Parts: sequence; structure tokens; C-alpha cells
Amino acid sequence: MSRNTKINLVLLLVVAALAVLPLALGLGDHKEEPFAGADAQAETAITELDPDYEPWFSPLYEPPSGEIESALFALQAAIGAGVLAYYFGLRRGRRQGEERAMARQEADDAGAVSAAGASGAEGA
Amino acid sequence: MHIAEGFLPPAHAVAWGAASAPFVVHGVRSLTREVREHPESTLLLGASGAFTFVLSALKLPSVTGSCSHPTGTGLGAILFRPPIMAVLGTITLLFQALLLAHGGLTTLGANVFSMAIAGPWAGYAVYKLLRRYDVPLMVAVFSGAFVADLSTYCVTSVQLALAFPDPGSGFLGALGKFGAIFAVTQIPLAVSEGLLTVLVMRLLVQSSKGELTRLGVLLAGKQARTETEAVAR
Repeated sequence: MSRNTKINLVLLLVVAALAVLPLALGLGDHKEEPFAGADAQAETAITELDPDYEPWFSPLYEPPSGEIESALFALQAAIGAGVLAYYFGLRRGRRQGEERAMARQEADDAGAVSAAGASGAEGA
Repeated sequence: MHIAEGFLPPAHAVAWGAASAPFVVHGVRSLTREVREHPESTLLLGASGAFTFVLSALKLPSVTGSCSHPTGTGLGAILFRPPIMAVLGTITLLFQALLLAHGGLTTLGANVFSMAIAGPWAGYAVYKLLRRYDVPLMVAVFSGAFVADLSTYCVTSVQLALAFPDPGSGFLGALGKFGAIFAVTQIPLAVSEGLLTVLVMRLLVQSSKGELTRLGVLLAGKQARTETEAVAR
């Protein structure tokens, strides 16, 4: 494995560790609802600060269940990951194609030179 | 984590919408100009938008025992400058507001201001400043992405504290409350976002050198060579 790949893998591992550690250390255990969304907590804080506040608009469409909601979040991530993968795949393919074309070009040039050399020798 | 639908009083919602609109309009102009003048950048623009899509869909646990998600706006801001990120961030926020009931249409202006305007500009400023003092590219990229992520949620806290000041301790008291919910939760996630942005930037340096040089991320000439070599080693 190249040093480059290793560095990339370490970066991914650190990100994974940062996500897993709070769970592994049970940092949400003291909460009524461990690892709830920060936005839901903010809603609670708002109702504490201003008990009379009523949200004056509700979402036009609301996913009917937690499953549907997580499906839609997964869809969002999948679209993003798909486009990113397309980009890097295309770049890699193009670069390989260019390298191959360059190698062929060099081989052709070398062939033409040796052919020219051979005909030159014949003429002399 | 954006401000939920209906959770900003109408006057605030309108004010933040009015504050955001010019940035988004200017961003749309920059984006169309970029695509017209450099059609080849469309792909990388798509990839930058895609990065925001992935990252803002990942709800991650944090040290505070609650969950939040990164923003992914630092990368696009560094590559294409913040105005373009205002558009890409708004698209992401619209998707989430319309399909996921995450964020909202009435709070779109405020959420666009924090995630698609303030965050990208803050991150870009830090990145540019560090680059001016010859800080290595990847350190500047990490710092830019970290600041873009964290400042987004600091702005969200300010927005909520302005709308809902604490009856006793006023704006500052409320800011402390919302800051504890959003900003503290966000610190480890901002580190993650910084690392992921560095990862993508490393892949870009390997695969898209020409593009990065045109965008001014890699400098043409000697400096570019040493930095690519540092990554390729």
C-alpha cells in the first residue's frame, strides 16, 4: 500500500473513531433521550425560554415515520456519494486513458524513427 | 441541525430572508458565469455540491450526548469562493426542508444565512489568511472547513438567541443556552468535517491538478510542485 493510501485510510479511521467514541463511552447515558438531535433540543429550549411560543408554520410534507425519514436521509447521502464517486472515477479513467495514449504515441514514434533509420541505411 | 419549521417569529424569518436573498442572487450570477466561462468546471461544481449533500445527511453522535451533522460547505467555498457556495448550500437546505421536514421554508432564510453564507465566508477567510502566511495547503484546508462548520452553528445560536432572549439574563443568557446545544455539540463534528475535507482535497490534488491550478488552490510553478510532491509522497 502506498504512503498516500495509508494517510487517506488514517483520516477515515480518525473520523470513524470520532463518531464511535461518544457512543462507546456512553456520553449520552445521562440524558432522558440519549443522542437526540440538537435541533429537537433547541425546540425544547425555545419552549422553556418562551412558553407561549407556538410554531406558526408546519412542514408541507413530513415523512410519515422514522423509517421513511431515515430512508430519505440515506437517499440524500447516496445521491451525494454517487456524484462524488462518478467524479473521481471519471478523473481516474481519463488520466489512465491519457497515459495509455501517451505510451502508444511514444511507441509509435520510436517505431517510425527506427523505420526511418532502416530505410536511410538502405539508401546508403 | 437547522432551525425547525415555524420556530422563528415571522419578523425574524422575513429579516433573515431579506438578508440572505442578495447573497443567493449574487451567487446564482457567479455560478452561471463560472459555468459559461469554464464549462469544464461543471463536474467539480457538482462534486462540491455532492460533498455538501453527503455531509449534511450524516447525523453523527457528539460528546454532548446529542447528535448533529456537518455542513460540507468549506470545500466548495475554498474551491469556488463563497458566493457559489451560497447557491449549493441553498439547494441542499431546500431538499431537506421540502422532503425531510428538516429545517423549513419559513426558516430557510435564517438557515441559508448561517450555513450557506456565514459559514462559507468565515471558512474561506481563515483559509485565505493562512495561505497568505504560507501555511501548508492541507493545514489551511482543515482550518477553513473546521471554521466553516463551527461558525455555521454559532450563527444559528445567535439567530435563536436574538429571537428568544432569556427572560432573566436576556440575549447573552439565551446565547449561552443555544451555544451549549449547538456549538459545543458541533466541535468534534467540525474536526471530522475538516479531516474529510482534507481527504477529498488530497484526492483532488492527485486527480485534478489542472483544475486546482486554474482555481488558484494550487499555485502554478515551484510551490505547486512541492505541494503535489508532498501529497504524492
